[in-house]
Amino acid sequence: MAKVKGDIVIDIEKCKGCEVCVPACPNDVIAMSKNVNGKGYNYAETINDECIGCANCAIVCPDGVITVYRKRME
Amino acid sequence: MAEITKEELRQPENLIYKKTDLLTDKPLSYCPGCGHGTAHRIVMEVLDEMGIQDQTIGIAPVGCSVLAYEFMNIDMQQAAHGRAPAVATAVKRLHPEKFVFTYQGDGDLAAIGTAETIHACNRGENIVIIFINNGIYGMTGGQMAPTTLPGMKSSTSPYGRDVATMGNPLKITELIAQLPGTIYVTRQAVHTPANVRKTKKAVRKAFENQKLNKGLSFVEIVSNCNSGWKMTPRQSNEWMVENMFPFYPLGDIKVND
Ligand SMILES: Cc1ncc(C[n+]2csc(CCOP(=O)(O)OP(=O)(O)O)c2C)c(N)n1
Ligand code: SF4
Ligand code: SF4
Ligand code: SF4
Repeated sequence: MAKVKGDIVIDIEKCKGCEVCVPACPNDVIAMSKNVNGKGYNYAETINDECIGCANCAIVCPDGVITVYRKRME
Repeated sequence: MAEITKEELRQPENLIYKKTDLLTDKPLSYCPGCGHGTAHRIVMEVLDEMGIQDQTIGIAPVGCSVLAYEFMNIDMQQAAHGRAPAVATAVKRLHPEKFVFTYQGDGDLAAIGTAETIHACNRGENIVIIFINNGIYGMTGGQMAPTTLPGMKSSTSPYGRDVATMGNPLKITELIAQLPGTIYVTRQAVHTPANVRKTKKAVRKAFENQKLNKGLSFVEIVSNCNSGWKMTPRQSNEWMVENMFPFYPLGDIKVND
């Protein structure tokens, strides 16, 4: 069966640490970092490799800081 | 399963989603988690997909989104408080070939701008109105708005809105749906992926209506104001589902095809 592999890139300097992306992810890929960005926000980061590239996180991010990639693996 | 490195995955041919170029690179001035940002992006994605960036004129309001023209990479005019539908009327009548929309909060649209809103809708101006209802005056510090729920706390109703002394909340969207000039009236939200997808479809339909000169399309987006409501963004979204949606139910209110 073809499997889908996804990945996201978070622009951490533009992330405002709102956490809205966290519950949007079906595979619990995103959590908030203990570190802060230049604005002082605990930014979002990926914590596992389960991303399927569904873009749920990206379309709910109010600041549009998530880019999504997806590839079908044969 | 075949392995793939992150570098191999992050190639242009695998790109599924990135912020549209119709939003500028300026950081949004909104509080973390505020629905205004998501609403901006949805409108710009629709214009992008319709290929009408250079044919669209947006009217920015007074309120937190007063600087929308800094973020939306299209021609825009900012209007005096509540006057966006009047300005949009003039712009559309002078440039009938352009797509014209307003973007307004509930203080702007349902308080100071009630007359402009109702008359533009009743005249059936061929424009799109995007209405962000967060039940409060966000920009000025969370004062009570006409849309504030019964019992809801705000800086000017610290013990909650008392309907007996402060009046009833105004469901202006239901009111507007009664007017013959409106062709499409809907209420949506942007706090979950499914809601974002539905809102985008609604906004697309609204601009398609304008393309066909069908009349006025009105898209309400029930949104959060976590700063004004004094909650975290996630709490505010949960509070919105529990309290705002029962009073402002989501879905199409009027669809005249
Ligand atoms: C004529 C006039 N009256 C009052 C104000 C003050 N004022 C600025 S924004 C605002 C309310 C905005 O609330 P809303 O439209 O709900 O937008 P939000 O900030 O919540 O997005 C008010 C009353 C003003 N700028 N101009
Ligand atoms: S794209 Fe989908 S699976 Fe991947 S992190 Fe975002 S929400 Fe999770
Ligand atoms: S939704 Fe966007 S801004 Fe908010 S925490 Fe996630 S990536 Fe950051
Ligand atoms: S005050 Fe409220 S409406 Fe304004 S940006 Fe902040 S959260 Fe959004």
